[in-house]
Amino acid sequence: MLSIENLHARVEEKEILKGLNLVVKPGEIHAIMGPNGAGKSTLGHVLAGRDGYEVTDGVTDFYGKNLLDLETEERAREGLFLAFQYPVEIPGVSNMEFLKASVDAVREHQGLDAIDSVSFMKQAREACKAVNLDQNFLKRGVNEGFSGGEKKRNEIMQMMLLQPKVAILDETDSGLDIDALQVVANGVNALRSPDRSFIIVTHYQRLLNFIEPDFVHVLANGKIVKSGDKSLALELEDKGYAWLEDGVA
Amino acid sequence: MSDFIAQAARFAAVNLGDDNNTPWLADVNRAGLDRWSSLAFPTRKTEDWKYTPLKSLENENYFTFAEPQSNDENHELMTLCQIPDLDGLKLVFVNGYFCADLSSANISIDLPELTITTFSKADHVQKKSITEHLNTIAPQEKHEFAALNTSCLSEGVFIRVAKNQRIAQPIHIVSVTTAQASAFMVNQRALIVLESGSQATVVEHFVSSLEKQTSFVNSVSEIIVGDNAHLQHYRIHEEDESALHIGGTHVELGKSANIDSFHLALGSEIKRNDIVVHHKGEGAHCELNGVYLPRKKQHVDFHTCIEHAVPHCTTNEVFRGIIADSARAVFNGRIHIHKYAQKTFAQLSNKNLLTSNKAEIDTKPELEIYADDVQCAHGATVAQLDTESLHYFKTRGIGTEEAMVMLSFGFINELINNVKNEAVGDYLRPKLAELFAKAPELARPAP
Repeated sequence: MLSIENLHARVEEKEILKGLNLVVKPGEIHAIMGPNGAGKSTLGHVLAGRDGYEVTDGVTDFYGKNLLDLETEERAREGLFLAFQYPVEIPGVSNMEFLKASVDAVREHQGLDAIDSVSFMKQAREACKAVNLDQNFLKRGVNEGFSGGEKKRNEIMQMMLLQPKVAILDETDSGLDIDALQVVANGVNALRSPDRSFIIVTHYQRLLNFIEPDFVHVLANGKIVKSGDKSLALELEDKGYAWLEDGVA
Repeated sequence: MSDFIAQAARFAAVNLGDDNNTPWLADVNRAGLDRWSSLAFPTRKTEDWKYTPLKSLENENYFTFAEPQSNDENHELMTLCQIPDLDGLKLVFVNGYFCADLSSANISIDLPELTITTFSKADHVQKKSITEHLNTIAPQEKHEFAALNTSCLSEGVFIRVAKNQRIAQPIHIVSVTTAQASAFMVNQRALIVLESGSQATVVEHFVSSLEKQTSFVNSVSEIIVGDNAHLQHYRIHEEDESALHIGGTHVELGKSANIDSFHLALGSEIKRNDIVVHHKGEGAHCELNGVYLPRKKQHVDFHTCIEHAVPHCTTNEVFRGIIADSARAVFNGRIHIHKYAQKTFAQLSNKNLLTSNKAEIDTKPELEIYADDVQCAHGATVAQLDTESLHYFKTRGIGTEEAMVMLSFGFINELINNVKNEAVGDYLRPKLAELFAKAPELARPAP
């Protein structure tokens, strides 16, 4: 379970998260929506442990561990996954090499031996197929020269191989055409299981047509200001965010 | 005359062609000696040598040739000289002596389509070809050490690919140095002539036995790529850090000629490479890539100069280096576009990664343009590993140290991935991965 209590965080001198509370139980899908600048991406970065995001208050419990005490790589090994909104390009390091190093690091943490190359290759090829990427993408540099949609699908492929406990998708749907959106949704739905949860950060209700959330939260001005079921997403689509923000200000 | 010049000149004088097995080179030797004797030994005040002190060269007396080694001793060098999947026509020189045992069988080739011979075994016709082309590409006045090489020249490789012939098998020239009782010099020389429309792959490979040594290799390669000819060229320096090297690669490109040249250099006390490419025929293309990886107290210096003398030629040059510990690298990339070289397209990029506060890079891209209708770009960067990339690795569970090694290796692997000859790429990749594992300071500061 991931439980976030009274989380405050700032970037440089600016306070962005101002007392955020969220409990994500195994098997649940939470959608987080909200206006630009509300702190949606910040939440993902804080949880993943990006430098420059300073937590000033609050507790984050991740399956019994204080997430904020862990290094970024330890969080990942414990089963936290962040699909980036803008994945970086790393020419010179092949996708395959990168994926294997990643899977091996997680396995080592779990006390398992490194995966043998042949079975890994097989898994990676299947994951590639599942997100509708050509096998060639495994040989290419990580995200190197990938289109926006290909980068997002590559993130989903990584998620499939790493099998995290909690996956945060940071605006994975932005910039995707309807087919790619479906691919991403299928990836998430295929991984859906009673012991895995998702936090889906999005601007649009569109993705939620394909991935049905258990909860929808509105993040505005650094806090969750309203929570509801999937019908809230439709209401937001209809009315926008202003009516909620007014209540906070 | 400086001490070094004088000593070298005395040495060359007693080794003139008259007294060795190549009397036909005596005149060439004499001309080289004259040129050498008239030169000033480079100091810190010599612009081209400003960042590359030659002190190590003056500290020992390198003016002897090594004695030939026994067959048994040579046999131990077998694996050092191999690029496993290359399946090349191989010529191996040990301390400057041609070693038939380590070379491909019947390597002296004199066919209508291809000539390969050592200078010492050259027949009458080959000698004529050699003397006709020798020193026509390497300017002795600009490359001081080419004059020294010429003054004591008695051995080398001559390759001629005949018109319109395509030689599929790569030609692999290996120069090995080994530890000897006293310091010695090796004069390595190659003359490569691709006649018009021909194609070939040449790998120049410099290695040394793994022990500390006091060797100085002075190498000069002259390469003529004729009209419409195409050369894939590799020059790989893997010598021990105690082995000194000063080398020059001089290329002349004919009309629509094409060279694809890749250079790799690990560091040593002195490792200096001059690469000069002359676009002499319209429509020629030069692809020049290089990687350097000095660490500890090593030094690597690449001086490249591309002369665009005629219109419609293109150059794409990319050099990358990782400099670790208190090592130093020098990169000087000059592109000179002459007045009539309109429609030239040339770009040069030099990127450096410093992994320690004490590491140093002196990089200087130089564009000199006298034509008005050209497209040129150049740039040099000096940086540390990208923190965003590092973070991305960490969010996938990969620890900082491993991530740094993967990223640093990736930085140069981009160029290794572009290596066209698969066997060379497959040889270099694990070798370099091994180096990164052995020397993690190439990825991060030593603890």
